[in-house]
Amino acid sequence: MNVTVEIERRDSRPAKPEWICPSCKDGAKLADVRGSLFVCPYCGFHARLTANERIRQLADPESFHELWVTVRTLDPLTFTDLEAYPDRVREAQAKTGLAEAIITGTAKIDGNDCVLAVMDFGFLGGSMGSVVGEKLWRSAELAAEQGLPLVAVCSSGGARMQEGILSLMQMAKTSCAVDIINESGTPFVAILVDPCTGGVVASFATLADICIAEPGALLSFSGPRVIAETTREPLPKGFGSAERNLELGHLDAVVPRKDLKVKVGNYLRLLGGGDTPERRETRRARGRGKGRLAQATADGARTLASLARRPFVGGDGQATGPAEEAPARETPA
Amino acid sequence: MDRLQGRLKRLQHERRRRDAWLTVEIARHKERPRTRDYIAHLIEGFEELKGDRLRADDPAIVGGLGWLGGRAVMVVGHQKGRTLDEQTVHNFGMARPEGYRKAQRLFSLAERHHLPVLTFVDTPGAYPGVAAEEGGQARAIAETMLKMARLTVPVVATVIGEGGSGGALALAVADRVLMQENATYSVISPEGCAAILWRDAAFAPQAAEALRPTASQLYELGVIEKVVEEPRGGAHHHPEVAAAKVGEAIRAALVELDQIEPEERRQQRRERFRKLGVWTEPDAGGTVLSAIPDLRP
Repeated sequence: MNVTVEIERRDSRPAKPEWICPSCKDGAKLADVRGSLFVCPYCGFHARLTANERIRQLADPESFHELWVTVRTLDPLTFTDLEAYPDRVREAQAKTGLAEAIITGTAKIDGNDCVLAVMDFGFLGGSMGSVVGEKLWRSAELAAEQGLPLVAVCSSGGARMQEGILSLMQMAKTSCAVDIINESGTPFVAILVDPCTGGVVASFATLADICIAEPGALLSFSGPRVIAETTREPLPKGFGSAERNLELGHLDAVVPRKDLKVKVGNYLRLLGGGDTPERRETRRARGRGKGRLAQATADGARTLASLARRPFVGGDGQATGPAEEAPARETPA
Repeated sequence: MDRLQGRLKRLQHERRRRDAWLTVEIARHKERPRTRDYIAHLIEGFEELKGDRLRADDPAIVGGLGWLGGRAVMVVGHQKGRTLDEQTVHNFGMARPEGYRKAQRLFSLAERHHLPVLTFVDTPGAYPGVAAEEGGQARAIAETMLKMARLTVPVVATVIGEGGSGGALALAVADRVLMQENATYSVISPEGCAAILWRDAAFAPQAAEALRPTASQLYELGVIEKVVEEPRGGAHHHPEVAAAKVGEAIRAALVELDQIEPEERRQQRRERFRKLGVWTEPDAGGTVLSAIPDLRP
């Protein structure tokens, strides 16, 4: 009798799944999910990715070189809510192993040289503060100067409230950065991934030459909760989804994760991003570079591999521990 | 002694909180002069221009042509309204995409005819409604900022009441940003901030203090060029005095901007926004490219 029960239990309750789909709650093996790019094999749900995982998927192997790794957050307002801002930043750094909510650098996507900026929603909700704004500015400037296309993967809850008005100003700053890109004639492709709301979607993200999103991504300026509270009406089904935005004409395409790399590659080739030396020369001549960033590329270039071993630095400038000791972030947030 | 110092610190803290909240209340005061009041006091022969030429006219943003001291100018501003009826018509100054597209149209018109652009900022924020979102609110705001960044004519923005988030900034990508003494300008409303970070909107006064939204604080942060004095107790006590001060500040800003070549002016505007932000970069010699000299590490 006992033996039967034992066997039954083993059969009906298999080993704890390594990964559970946030949408359909089905479990899967981590290796399988990684193979499917963290898209649920059962329901097709596109789970959120860390910035590093995103780069692994999007950039050609070994092609990503991170730039401006030492740009660090400060606390201009000495902002304290239930917790002090520097503590929140340190926690986010410990949780993600990242210094800020964005990673920027140069990469090849499907064989095309480009400047790549990737936001990480896991870091304080991907919020845009001074560091995110500055790294985007430098990415745009470098792209314009070198005649390289800019590819930005945008995911954010909006402006970083703890930096007060300065975070709001990043909307204007990054919009001005788009002006530099446009002026230089170099292409700018934005990939909007879940969720992309607030100040980011109302600034550089939607100003891109080509604006695409992943299936199911939430894209809106005000969050659904704020809208529901203000208007006191139930939101229509599918409100703010990538599919709805496509229907309304706000996106060029909704692209499944497995096709992203090839699609972006196509766009870059069509817009002349990774093209002939003559074309690049023309763009460089039109750009407004000061030569400072070309130096930075050389000095600041570090491979993603070396980045993984790099100790991350807390807001007090002290190394708070090697990245290896941080909780591994294999599964997306 | 320590206890006394602690108490003094606490009292100063309470005072700062009270002052910040008082400013928020004055900025939102029912009787506070609105964009239309400043137009009436400062602009002669104002001709309002309506519509975005796409689908609608949004009364939350008003704009048009007029004369400022013998010079033709383009004026664009959020309009809140005063009576409940007016406020309903103007949607409390919360613009929809149509409003931002109207602003863009008027900016292009000004550029084409070489007219300086004056904006007045007074909004709780862009309207958070389903139709507004689905009408492209996000991109409408982004495009308005980009459009302002590209203007070669002089652009002077004045924050006259509430400068609420992206909806406010959309009209404030200017060469000079002026702000009235009792106006506020912030990334989020104190209530919204409190609801998220304190998980209770009742902590709005605490949030108001933490966000540092007042004119003098923004001046210290280098976000605005000038704090414009108001009559004692607030602009609503003497609207014509308040308007005269605003007019004086705008004219002075225009005189300054007239000295600069158009293309150079545009470059400088871009550079102005590029500098806004605070970070550190130890590897680059620890340079803090910042408007604030002393920072808590």
